[in-house]
Amino acid sequence: MLNVSGLKEGFVLDHIRAGKSMSIYHYLGLDKLDCQVAIIKNARSSKMGRKDIIKIECGIDVLDLDVLGYIDHNITINIIKDEKIVEKKTLKLPKKITNVIHCKNPRCITSIEQELPHVFVLTDEEKEIYRCMYCEEQYK
Amino acid sequence: MRHLLSPLDFSVEELSDLLDLANDIEKNPKKYAHVCDGKKLATLFYEPSTRTRLSFEAAMHNLGGNVIGFATADSSSASKGESVSDTIRIISCYADICAMRHPKEGAATVASLKSSIPVINAGDGGHQHPTQTLTDLLTIRSLKGRLDNITIGLCGDLKFGRTVHSLINALVRYENVKFVLISPPELRVPSYIREEVLKGFDFEEVTDLEHAIPKLDILYMTRVQKERFFNEDDYIRMKDCYILDKAKMRLAKDDMLVLHPLPRVNEISVEVDDDPRAAYFKQVQYGVYVRMALILRLLELA
Ligand SMILES: [Zn+2]
Repeated sequence: MLNVSGLKEGFVLDHIRAGKSMSIYHYLGLDKLDCQVAIIKNARSSKMGRKDIIKIECGIDVLDLDVLGYIDHNITINIIKDEKIVEKKTLKLPKKITNVIHCKNPRCITSIEQELPHVFVLTDEEKEIYRCMYCEEQYK
Repeated sequence: MRHLLSPLDFSVEELSDLLDLANDIEKNPKKYAHVCDGKKLATLFYEPSTRTRLSFEAAMHNLGGNVIGFATADSSSASKGESVSDTIRIISCYADICAMRHPKEGAATVASLKSSIPVINAGDGGHQHPTQTLTDLLTIRSLKGRLDNITIGLCGDLKFGRTVHSLINALVRYENVKFVLISPPELRVPSYIREEVLKGFDFEEVTDLEHAIPKLDILYMTRVQKERFFNEDDYIRMKDCYILDKAKMRLAKDDMLVLHPLPRVNEISVEVDDDPRAAYFKQVQYGVYVRMALILRLLELA
């Protein structure tokens, strides 16, 4: 049972692949947020062997967690209110992701126009293929 | 408001309507001579492509409209570092429609996001060149009477040939099209075309044009560039196999059509030009008709 005591309101991101918590910390921009964050590395898990967990104390409308679906859709999101889990969310691959991954195609318009947002669109859900919205190059 | 960014932006039905319109323009040019009176087309060519630009300009003039624009990046604000997004916002104030050619992939898409006028992709690097594909389809349909039930041979550089990839993508939407892909092994179509686009369709890959030509209804020739080969010997050994001459034409059907996106270098001998089956100069004319039809459609004037 996940221990969420001491957390008034916020999220617990569970079942993060071991070692991935720090990159998620950056993807979500938690370094820029003025809130309490606890990162647990290499926690024992009956399902996964080892896993990472992130606990974030913040208003539940502050964070956009959809991007996690791209990074690792096996992560479970627990939404916490008054030290209790009020909702468990599983993630789907987002249809569109902006400024998370970058187009590496040297022939892409984004290679010369730096201010353009890097937008990727999910073109094949089954094979989890994302393509740059401009040059359509597949992200690998 | 619609743009044309990729050859697949139009459904098969919309495409059929567009080609019908192009054929009507072909038959009644007078009827369309003033439909674009007072309208302006902007040709924004960040890299030179004289033939494509002139085809667009001729199309707009034939409709009674005017043309503004630039023919190379160094004569435009792009050389001062202006972004495509800014340029299109400004051009939107001057013109009613624009055709953009750019060396970088996705440039026309970027423009379409900020534009208040229809954007036609006139080529974005090695990515898309939809009006070439529309030209090819109009030529085939006008001269053959159909886009289904054909055997098409695509010959030459199938690896880097963007026009070939677009044409394959467009033709798999029609019934019973057989593809014969004729190229040196070094220049086969990329694996994604074989494994995704052509999967489940009737296609074969061969290396010899002479053997393939008798069964073809259409032969689409492309240039085999010397630079694509690893060494000179391979190039010399291969290149004659991919040159269309009178001798090879003798093996072809009486009603086979020869297409080429032009410019040709030597892959079609000039001795073939007078053969009634040579359709590559007619193709240029169809290119103007289809651009006229496209301008009218995007401006919602027909
Ligand atoms: Zn790109």
